[in-house]
Amino acid sequence: MTPTDIAQVVSLCRARAGLKVAPDKTYLIESRLAPVARREGYDSISDLLAAVRARRDDPLVWSVVEAMAAGESAFFRDRAPFREFRDEIVPQLKRARGGAPIRVWSAACGAGQEVYSLAMLVGEMLESDPDLRIDLAASDLSRLALERAQGGVYNQFEVQRGLPIRLLAQHFEKEGEQWRLASDVRARVKWRRINLIAGLRQIGRFDVVLCRYVLSCMTEDAQRKVIDDLACIVPEDGYLVLGVKEQLGSIAHAFEPVVGRPGLYRRNPAFAAAAA
Amino acid sequence: MRTCLVVDDSRVIRKVARRILEDIGYEIAEAADGMEALAWCRAAMPDAILLDWNMPVMTGIEFLRKLRAEPDGEAPVVVFCTVENDLDHIREALEAGANEYIMKPFDGDIIADKLVEAGL
Repeated sequence: MTPTDIAQVVSLCRARAGLKVAPDKTYLIESRLAPVARREGYDSISDLLAAVRARRDDPLVWSVVEAMAAGESAFFRDRAPFREFRDEIVPQLKRARGGAPIRVWSAACGAGQEVYSLAMLVGEMLESDPDLRIDLAASDLSRLALERAQGGVYNQFEVQRGLPIRLLAQHFEKEGEQWRLASDVRARVKWRRINLIAGLRQIGRFDVVLCRYVLSCMTEDAQRKVIDDLACIVPEDGYLVLGVKEQLGSIAHAFEPVVGRPGLYRRNPAFAAAAA
Repeated sequence: MRTCLVVDDSRVIRKVARRILEDIGYEIAEAADGMEALAWCRAAMPDAILLDWNMPVMTGIEFLRKLRAEPDGEAPVVVFCTVENDLDHIREALEAGANEYIMKPFDGDIIADKLVEAGL
């Protein structure tokens, strides 16, 4: 890859998805784009990028950006947020909603581990509280990721990242060397392709938004835009869940951290007037 | 320091597991089959046991059933670590009282994660 190639990838990712790609991480760019080049029938990444320059072909551009946006995930990642969801967030919102469904969105869901962790958890919660109503939605920028997530098929390493063996035995079936999540769990999730910087204010209200390890991969402008948009779709008693190691810092004005709960944010009441 | 008994008939696997577990703060004892493991447990019950399935003399599942019937035998966290990777084996292990289950090949992250998952 030439410096021009790298600059092109960096600028495409920033423009299309607000993604911050470090130009010195050549190995990362190459490892993400080599499979794209192969899949699209190009001999090299440079050929792929030359075609992007020459043709301005939208699906091809997106296949580059989507590959760069992909992230790692695990079931029940960080554990604590799932405990907080079950023991604190849902009971409080259930009282507040009085029978109306609690709407939950897993943003940038990748291969689906986060939203399926919630789906399994909700299944357990329904056993002790059959009246509970929770709608689960998941989105990703990448069509490939969404397709994979909807299939709910994981390899042996993936099902051993964060997933208790009891839940594997309860909810998965083995298909060859792969593991497929049961259809009743998969059916609890509604899927959409969403580009977080394309404007979120029309997507409806969400009481809980999980947007973990996503913002930290975005430029500061993109982060600010996403946070401001989220402030318009998360009601005043709703929650924003970031990664436990992520902090909003100076862009936090629309949300404030919940003390003692790393990564958990509530709407900042002072911001309500500004948003309206 | 917490103790972990590594039970596997492969010396290589025991060595790999020992290195990983020592790195995350365990003191290690080793046994090459279920019978040896049982002798260890009767002498000093460990906090955790990493347990292979297929071994000569006494298999992992036979060991686990005997262990859980011993005085204090409910105490250790038992994590299977085996090439057996089908649901029948997993269910059998859980019914016999295993706390967690690792399908080989494993890495350090999986071992550390599964021990936490099992309550350590």
